[in-house]
Amino acid sequence: MEITTNHYLILSAILFAIGVAGILTRRNMITVLMSVELVLNSVNLNLIAFSYQLSDLTGQIFAVFTIAVAAGEAAVGLGILIALFRLYDDTHLDKATELHG
Amino acid sequence: MASLAHLEGGRGTEGEGGDRLVFEFLTAHGAALLFYVFAAFAIAGALTVVTMRNPVYGAAGLLVAFLAIAALFLLRHAEFLAVVQTFVYGGGIMVLFLFVIMLVNLSRLHETRMLGNYWKTALVVCLLLIGIFGFLFLQVDFGAPHPNPGNFVDVEGKALGNSEAVAWILYREYLLPFEIASVFLLVAMVGAVVLGRRV
Repeated sequence: MEITTNHYLILSAILFAIGVAGILTRRNMITVLMSVELVLNSVNLNLIAFSYQLSDLTGQIFAVFTIAVAAGEAAVGLGILIALFRLYDDTHLDKATELHG
Repeated sequence: MASLAHLEGGRGTEGEGGDRLVFEFLTAHGAALLFYVFAAFAIAGALTVVTMRNPVYGAAGLLVAFLAIAALFLLRHAEFLAVVQTFVYGGGIMVLFLFVIMLVNLSRLHETRMLGNYWKTALVVCLLLIGIFGFLFLQVDFGAPHPNPGNFVDVEGKALGNSEAVAWILYREYLLPFEIASVFLLVAMVGAVVLGRRV
């Protein structure tokens, strides 16, 4: 029984869908940010699987950049979360309606 | 180790027969077994993130998912990225999340709704996503991974390990994106400091 690229693609699709479900359904901003990290990780899994399939290191380089972008995104996202918490005393996304018009 | 020496000697008493079966099973299916175990850990961690009301449990599940994905990278011979994943995600981003969870006040968590208004629609969309992607990926046959040893040697033809090969291609062909990434991280750091400052 050989583990093929298809196994990795399906696992990655499952993790992606779980992450998207978290982003769409949850209303706590911390959980939403954690779901975004899950989605980015599932994309990395795809890149690594194809890097192995094609023996091409470009996929691994792309994964390095994805990790850098994810780190920046987490830092800025959590900064926004702290600012929102100071403003509304809560991390519930439904409370953040100041730009709602 | 002693049982392995016995196996090579080929002396098959009853207990060692069981050992031999386990040994043969592990040599034939060990990689597949590891893949399924770590895939199960990753999916369980991801489900914990999405289903737990308290973000502290979600953060623990996220850590499990990160480490399982690092192990899956190892199984695909991306050793450098497995270590980077463990350090950056399992170390840095996890600490960031835990600090923010400690900073914000979670005492009102149980008074508010956990899910948004359209969670049933979102769930159906995600199940469709898994179904369509899974169906598509089961149709495709990529064949055996094709070898390309030219990617893993330097200019003098010396064979490189994974970290060396990644560094070689990163600093030669992707130097400009690498520098842009460093500027991006500086901008993100300044942005986080400005956003988190007391006004």
